[in-house]
Amino acid sequence: MKYYDKLIFELSKEGRKGYSLPRNTWGRSLEELPQGLRRSSGPCLPQVSEPDVVRHYTNLSQMNFGVDSGFYPLGSCTMKYNPKINEEIASMQEFSGLHPLQPASSVQGALMLYRDLARALSEITGMAGFTLAPFAGAHGELTGLMIIRSYHNSRGDFRRTRIIVPDSAHGTNPASAAVCGLEVVQVKSNSAGLVDVADLKPLLDDTVAGIMMTNPNTLGLFEKDIKEIASLVHECGGLLYYDGANMNPLLGTVRPGDMGFDVMHLNLHKTFSTPHGGGGPGAGPVGVAAHLVPHLPVPRVCEGEDGAFHVDYGQCAGDTSCGRVSGFMGNFGVLLRAYSYVLALGKQNIKMAGPLAVLGANYIKESLKDCFRLPVEGVCKHEFVFDGLADQSSGVTTLDIAKRLLDYGYHAPTIYFPLLFHQSIMIEPTETESKETLDGFIEVMRRIAGEAVADPQILKSAPHGTPVRRLDEVTAARRPVLTYRALADAGLAAGR
Amino acid sequence: MGFAYFPHTDEDIRLMLERVGAGRLEDLYSDVPSDVLYGKEYSLPDAMSELEIRRYFSGLASRNSKLLCLCGLGAYDHYSPSVASSVISRSEFQTAYTPYQPEVSQGTLRYIFEFQSMIAELTGMDCANASMYDGATSAAEAVIMAVSCAKKKTKVLVSEGLLPQVVDVVKTYASYNGIELGFIPCCGGVTSADAMTEGLSGEDVAGILVPGINRYGIIENLDGFADEVHSHKALLMVYSDPSSLAVIKTPGEWGADIVCGDAQSLGMPLCFGGPYAGFLACRQEFVRKLPGRIVGATSDLDGKRAFVLTLQAREQHIRREKATSNICSNQSLMALYATVYMSLMGPEGLREVNALSYGGAHYLHDALVDTGLFEDAFGKPFLKEFTLRAKVPVDSLQKALLDIGVFGAVEVGDSLVNFCVTEKVAKEELDRVVEHLKSVLYEVL
Repeated sequence: MKYYDKLIFELSKEGRKGYSLPRNTWGRSLEELPQGLRRSSGPCLPQVSEPDVVRHYTNLSQMNFGVDSGFYPLGSCTMKYNPKINEEIASMQEFSGLHPLQPASSVQGALMLYRDLARALSEITGMAGFTLAPFAGAHGELTGLMIIRSYHNSRGDFRRTRIIVPDSAHGTNPASAAVCGLEVVQVKSNSAGLVDVADLKPLLDDTVAGIMMTNPNTLGLFEKDIKEIASLVHECGGLLYYDGANMNPLLGTVRPGDMGFDVMHLNLHKTFSTPHGGGGPGAGPVGVAAHLVPHLPVPRVCEGEDGAFHVDYGQCAGDTSCGRVSGFMGNFGVLLRAYSYVLALGKQNIKMAGPLAVLGANYIKESLKDCFRLPVEGVCKHEFVFDGLADQSSGVTTLDIAKRLLDYGYHAPTIYFPLLFHQSIMIEPTETESKETLDGFIEVMRRIAGEAVADPQILKSAPHGTPVRRLDEVTAARRPVLTYRALADAGLAAGR
Repeated sequence: MGFAYFPHTDEDIRLMLERVGAGRLEDLYSDVPSDVLYGKEYSLPDAMSELEIRRYFSGLASRNSKLLCLCGLGAYDHYSPSVASSVISRSEFQTAYTPYQPEVSQGTLRYIFEFQSMIAELTGMDCANASMYDGATSAAEAVIMAVSCAKKKTKVLVSEGLLPQVVDVVKTYASYNGIELGFIPCCGGVTSADAMTEGLSGEDVAGILVPGINRYGIIENLDGFADEVHSHKALLMVYSDPSSLAVIKTPGEWGADIVCGDAQSLGMPLCFGGPYAGFLACRQEFVRKLPGRIVGATSDLDGKRAFVLTLQAREQHIRREKATSNICSNQSLMALYATVYMSLMGPEGLREVNALSYGGAHYLHDALVDTGLFEDAFGKPFLKEFTLRAKVPVDSLQKALLDIGVFGAVEVGDSLVNFCVTEKVAKEELDRVVEHLKSVLYEVL
């Protein structure tokens, strides 16, 4: 990767243009609008030619690392291969040209896709129904919690305002609960890294709306007491929420519905191979057990007796939907990609995805546990966590290891999460990585462990070969420069 | 076995299992209680080859109709430059994660910085975040943000002139979050200033949310709104169409504190409602209350200019339940789309897009009123979409349009219908629509 320093604003020159539009023959002018409603001067946007734009963004892309660039063992993120056919399908004009408010008769294919994907996800997860509206995992969590509250409220049970969240949970769990107006109660992990049932029991009473769990949890360990937890929570009148961020290892083997979960989300950008896009767009469909189907958000896709699909906006009296959570019907383009993936795998291959992901994680873990500290022994699922180097006498930290990996051409694992350990390194290889790739990574990790002893400085000052080196994040936060205008005011804009 | 996305040979699996100390793949699930093992094959379609996948989706596509789009209401059929889709298809952008490792993510970080800069320019705000899910959720986040800035006040006033889906999502978020909503009715097709003043008089309002262009397509005159709102120590939030902001008065010029909206109008394909990208911008003093990802400029160890996710002390992975929001992503790739679009168009191109849309919309407006089948509903200034009162039954009108492959006249009130024209629509197409309506609807008038 080479360093390229320009911002598009710095390529701008008065009089250049990058667009072509039809000639304006309407004989009307924006000057007809009252002056008080018009902008006083044009926005300071770049004026650049089309080739300038293409080259600029191509240069930017070359400072980026994606799954297509190399191994991306980012724990909890399931960075699997994003099949190209999915992109081709999503770009089909017959889908990308549809206005979201078009009459149902003109979008039967789109609505059928919605129904078919929801049905496939229900089958894979053991849930009764799905909404595909949520835009991301965290958005799915929020939607799912709204469904839980809607359910309790519909029964006149307004006392349930507390939600139980394990200390190992993803940060979005407590944050989603707070946005949903719930009070977060933390349950501890035991020494085996699992939810401590003894710690859970005293928390359960008639103020508990439910519990949010990830299974396997963020240590990559299967919560084997899940059935007992489910009956305890159900007995006290609470519901179980499944954070589907870690669903990948269960593909083909375990269904959340069968474990006793009432509500769950899936991350289509994790388990169902849609691209992460540098942070989005993703999709976070939410599945529910049968008694919660009436609480799914609107709009809903329904199938009439004649086999035609229509959209239900929940305007009938007595509708018990939890409300509307998205402007239209979710990230439809992402849904297309996910269903293309389901079809490519089919029932024959999907059942192999989970086991192969689990095999890769255990293979790396077993190959490295003599060099890195493994806090919990035993078989893991799709990911596992090391607590830093086995020998930490050199002072080399997890951050140093992560940065050194960049030098060797790998993306870093997730670091300093989960919060249970001080030097967490969370590794998730996925089923689309070959044994050769994993062997290469293992070799480099061992080499880094060796460098930590022989030459710790090379780690502490890593990375060395990336377009930029470690950044001054403290100044960035203390004196935020968030726009080009502010950058220019600070004298940091580069000349042409 | 053998499947294109899985690289494992039988021999690989055998060797890997050996290292792990397991005999079979099933043994890797030995920690899972047998009563939760599925033990069956999913009832799903058989695996399809790429050819079969194409065939399947072509079949699905043939059940959709390609219509000439004369509808707005939050999703606009603007021209999508081929460069924008080409750039976002680059796999270095597409297959990357959130830029947690800035040393190998300068591409993503730079375009987000550019996006923030351009949104700030369009809205007239000091700063913007890296994007939100969509316009409706960005409005909901703005409302939560206003309450958080106000500390003790938990009521927000919302204009009924906002798009219906935006009002609905704001209502949903507010009801669970413990925010009390009040509604400012419309009078003559615009947000009532008198009703706003009355609503503020209780001194319990944290902020008000009004549209820049409302659900009737009317450009709202927000003169005096900011002074009134600020005199009650509340915040002014404006929901804006960013494309329009190249030519109409910006929320910044109106004195707004927070601006939200959907960047879809910046050339994004309609795609049946998503993916789009919401945005959220604000004045500098509120930046630490802004939810979502934010990118800032800094330098690296060698003094090179570089960019990084910043102000993360606001976010869920640090603050957990005390975070400003639960959002942990953005619509990054769509923010890139908008950034490339804005770079290509520049100030002049965006102005021209608006001028063409304005010209076409006013041409259609006048031609439809001239038919006698419609009358102007409000007589107020509009840009690219407008509302007419239909003198014929709305369902006959919609059917007449569908018969010639046109989507428009969505009902936005009793006999009130929406039309929208962008630069993509040619005069001949509008003439054909008008002639057809005349030929079939005079008999039901």
